[in-house]
Amino acid sequence: MKFNIIFNHEECKGCELCIPWCKFELISFDKSRLNKKGVHPAMIAHPEKCVGCGNCALMCPDAIITIEKTEEDRSQGKEG
Amino acid sequence: MSVLYGKPESLNDVPFTFCPGCTHGLTLKLVASVIDEMDMGDDTISVGCVGCGGYMPWFMNVDTIFSLHGRAPANATGVKRMNPDKLVFTYQGDGDLASIGTAEIIHAAHRGEKFTTIFVNNTTYGMTGGQMAPTTLIGQKTTTSPYGRDAGLCGQPLHICELLSTIDGAKYIERVAVDSPVSVRKAKKAIRKAFECQMAGAGFSLIEILSTCPTNWGMSPLESLERIRTEMIPAYPLGVFKDWEEGDK
Ligand SMILES: Cc1ncc(C[n+]2csc(CCOP(=O)(O)OP(=O)(O)O)c2C)c(N)n1
Ligand code: SF4
Ligand code: SF4
Repeated sequence: MKFNIIFNHEECKGCELCIPWCKFELISFDKSRLNKKGVHPAMIAHPEKCVGCGNCALMCPDAIITIEKTEEDRSQGKEG
Repeated sequence: MSVLYGKPESLNDVPFTFCPGCTHGLTLKLVASVIDEMDMGDDTISVGCVGCGGYMPWFMNVDTIFSLHGRAPANATGVKRMNPDKLVFTYQGDGDLASIGTAEIIHAAHRGEKFTTIFVNNTTYGMTGGQMAPTTLIGQKTTTSPYGRDAGLCGQPLHICELLSTIDGAKYIERVAVDSPVSVRKAKKAIRKAFECQMAGAGFSLIEILSTCPTNWGMSPLESLERIRTEMIPAYPLGVFKDWEEGDK
């Protein structure tokens, strides 16, 4: 995998703002669990398909999504 | 391994207490990531206001001074004049800035104070339960305009960027939105430019962010982003109202 995409599941508020921007429709709610806030947290079912565009992380108002580039390539800076 | 996206270092490691999907969180994240990029974390003083944006000092990992309602520009004036090398910004809602704090913001711009204002316009008083603000749109229902805002009774929405751009001391004024990844990237660039304008000593700068309040609008967070596009942007056109370039005075 070129990218690690990590969700801080316990802090997800289930707002949906991360979902519609992924052109591969990779993000969905994990209906099999509830977090401490009582919501089905956002998750990525097929992380191997992620191209690291960052749209989901950029739109998350609570900064619960972290995207790491796994290869040693520091050409791209952190966008936030 | 390198982090492409994540929680900026200029944010504290505490969860935001904003309502689900509120774009106050998104906006604070942008401000913090610009501070990180400029490597100004140890040299920033934020000036808090009253309103939901007033939680900013708890969430940001920078020095802070808190203000009475609407008075952040007055505090920022003192802070910046005594600390001209620091990056100083106020973070204010539309109730705070465009209603109770109108005099302070106009005269800070008028004096050409060298700080930046991040102005979060969500067309309502969020914290107190969704009352009408000067920025509320015509026809918008709020707890104090239950039949919708009537221009005959309450006037037209107040356009802060247009107003301030007539003032000589205001050097960079831009209105942006946070309704999509493209807009969010533009908003971040605008914040960066305003901070650069400040650090170059040019004068006052303000970025208005068209933002949401899903709770008091009675909409889902995604419907709220749609409302920015369909209702807010037509009433509050995006763009640069006062431009500044590196080298300008
Ligand atoms: C002097 C004073 N008057 C009134 C209030 C009550 N009050 C608290 S927050 C607020 C409105 C905030 O609205 P806005 O600035 O739009 O911020 P938002 O909560 O929408 O982010 C008001 C009127 C107060 N705290 N102090
Ligand atoms: S980074 Fe881009 S491609 Fe990867 S999951 Fe998020 S939106 Fe989809
Ligand atoms: S009341 Fe509105 S502005 Fe305040 S945190 Fe909730 S959604 Fe955001």
